[in-house]
Amino acid sequence: MSGFKMDRRGLLKTSAVVGAGLAMPTIFTSAARAYTNEPTGGSVTLGFNVPQSGPYADEGADELRAYELAVEHLNGGGDGGMMNTFSSKALKGNGILGKKVEYVTGDTQTKPDAARASARSMIEKDGAIMITGGSSSGVAVAVQALCQEAGVIFMAGLTHSNDTTGKDKKANGFRHFFNSYMSGAALAPILAANYGTDRKAYHLTADYNWGYTTEEAVRNSTEAMGWETVAAVKTPLAQTDFSSYVAPVLNSGADVLVLNHYGGNMVNSLTSAVQFGLRAAEANGKNFEIVVPLYSRLMAQGAGANVAGIFGSTNWHWSLENVAGDRYAGTNAFVQSFGAKYGFPPSQAAHTVYCQTLLYADAAERAGTFNPCGIDEALADYEFDGLGNGPTLYRAADHQCFKDVLVVKGKENPESDFDLLEIVDVTPAEQVTYDASIFGGELGSCNPGA
Amino acid sequence: MDQIVLQILNGLDKGSAYALIALGLTLIFGTLGVVNFAHGALFMLGAFCTVTVNRILNLGFVPEGATTQSVGGFNFGSPKETPYLEHWFGEAAGQAIVDWSVPLSILFAIPVMLLIGVIMERGLIKHFYKRPHADQILVTFGLAIVLQEIIKYYYGANQIPAPAPEAFVGSFDFGAMIGMDAGAIIYPYWRIVYFVFALIVISAMFAFLRYTTFGMVVRAGMADRETVTILGINVDRRFTIMFGIAAAVAGLAGVMYTPINSPNYHMGMDFLVISFVVVVVGGMGSLPGAVLAGFLLGILESFASMREVIEFLPGVNQVVIYLAAIVILLTRPRGLMGRAGVMED
Repeated sequence: MSGFKMDRRGLLKTSAVVGAGLAMPTIFTSAARAYTNEPTGGSVTLGFNVPQSGPYADEGADELRAYELAVEHLNGGGDGGMMNTFSSKALKGNGILGKKVEYVTGDTQTKPDAARASARSMIEKDGAIMITGGSSSGVAVAVQALCQEAGVIFMAGLTHSNDTTGKDKKANGFRHFFNSYMSGAALAPILAANYGTDRKAYHLTADYNWGYTTEEAVRNSTEAMGWETVAAVKTPLAQTDFSSYVAPVLNSGADVLVLNHYGGNMVNSLTSAVQFGLRAAEANGKNFEIVVPLYSRLMAQGAGANVAGIFGSTNWHWSLENVAGDRYAGTNAFVQSFGAKYGFPPSQAAHTVYCQTLLYADAAERAGTFNPCGIDEALADYEFDGLGNGPTLYRAADHQCFKDVLVVKGKENPESDFDLLEIVDVTPAEQVTYDASIFGGELGSCNPGA
Repeated sequence: MDQIVLQILNGLDKGSAYALIALGLTLIFGTLGVVNFAHGALFMLGAFCTVTVNRILNLGFVPEGATTQSVGGFNFGSPKETPYLEHWFGEAAGQAIVDWSVPLSILFAIPVMLLIGVIMERGLIKHFYKRPHADQILVTFGLAIVLQEIIKYYYGANQIPAPAPEAFVGSFDFGAMIGMDAGAIIYPYWRIVYFVFALIVISAMFAFLRYTTFGMVVRAGMADRETVTILGINVDRRFTIMFGIAAAVAGLAGVMYTPINSPNYHMGMDFLVISFVVVVVGGMGSLPGAVLAGFLLGILESFASMREVIEFLPGVNQVVIYLAAIVILLTRPRGLMGRAGVMED
């Protein structure tokens, strides 16, 4: 039996061979992976990061329904929904770039830290090539920054703060949803037409980023129309009983109350305002009015009959095509498709995430790659139509979509739980477009990661 | 002056909810020595008793030949149902019953909440009597989360409106009633109803404990459990019933609160922390202290929410209750009406 002997030269040779062998896959991988999570098999994974717990869980559930519908349509299932009306014909119903679309989901809990953790998990463990979803601007800004660092695309869900595509914008992030500035610009002319230009407004504002930008936007727009702001009071985000904030409004000299609140805050503050008789009151010789800058169906459902007659704005509404005509083609196709599958019409949150999924897939098809820089180029200054909002521009300077904005009003006699808002007017995109530089921030350059 | 009166009214109203929850918390702590972090969840369950009653009253059937209802021109969803109540009693009577669903829910909530309280105590909490307070807090807090998630599973995360009866919707000129300028103080009917209701429940609780044999035994047990047991009285059984009664009080507070704020699964947590502050400020184990502190802190919170106060001290509205608690505990370590020997071992 011969013994095993290793001399110095042999050790070096063996080490070199073993080292090269171990390093080889990494070398090949590095060469092959031009960007983070480049799909190499027959499928591509998208990460749907939505609130599945916490106060916006119902909104998150509606987003998930729309995502599942989008995936079904992208893979050639169902009736195709808005793929049939989309102005781009790049999508063929065979997945994205021939790869079957699969998805993973995460729970944002509507908390930035939790949302980042779930997005990170989907990117690192599940290999998600794109992250999308959310129902809060705080979450959107946090996840967008994470995606920029990780080198994946972020297609924002429901986020309304100016900051998402303003001071916190990122090259890897894109927003289809409208923002506070647009709400203010769309609402002001309608408010002036309905309530006159000699009005005194009292703002109650949720004490966080979205509240500030919304108050600023509505103040600027209404003051430009001649309104005066008599007071603006910050309310704690955790506030549930707004009686002590609402009660003094009637004797403050104001004749309009603007509720810069969203979700539960809005439901509770509006309920308090109606209870305290503001809807029936008179001030300065005029009927007292209430305005809610941002409406959602879930909020309207929560507030019930209290929303009747109150103006606000939305990104989209399921009745848009029937009310405002063919310009908004795609709406009916989406509503029919969603309604047939789930038994009720989609919310604006569902619509925006469905659009974002299709827009991402279409950009990848047109770019011929999933590389974030390719997606970035494909979406930059991209003009499209047929996704339910009329002609739309994805502006290159800030990755913000520009499209018509809906001014809505709570219905006096709703026919169902889904029929709570009626469209009052549609403000053209030109009227809500602004210079990309006004909110500051640097877009930076796309990061493909890897 | 009108603003001061208005904020006092608001404070009394907020304090009503705080006092009712804190009263139950104090009863449980005083009788069983348990720090019950699930008490906010009982308030929430009470509110969902209203939602449940409302849904039961709106149960219906699909008339023969009914077709899928059209929603804005789209045909999906199920056919429209005719509520049984309208079918049995006619449209006007059926709608009137539904309109009064919040007060009617009291009849449903009392037995349901008593039962929930007894099951909670016998099924879980009794196993933690001899464990440290930290264990009790953990298990009851965990129970609160479980109850929340169960409600969210069945009712969703969104708020569900439960309006007051039509007769109590809207507001009235309280200022004119007390001789002030017309329109100076406009106050909602239902908030007055809530305040009066809270006073009735609190008075009934005190009367029950003061004037009934059962209440006397409970008070004796709170003061000296061992001696009462030696006398051959089954204190445990009475304390279990007290837990059920405390749960029913929290539940009733939740039932009547639904028209003020549309209920959701999380509403109990919103009140829980403040209610504990109320209990501590009032004095651990002191029932009058809990009620007094509830109203006082409610009024304080309302004044701190005034625009003039916030402009002078930004952010004070968010911390005023805790600041007050610190000041009171520094000057009166046992709280406003705390007794020596309670939580001091």
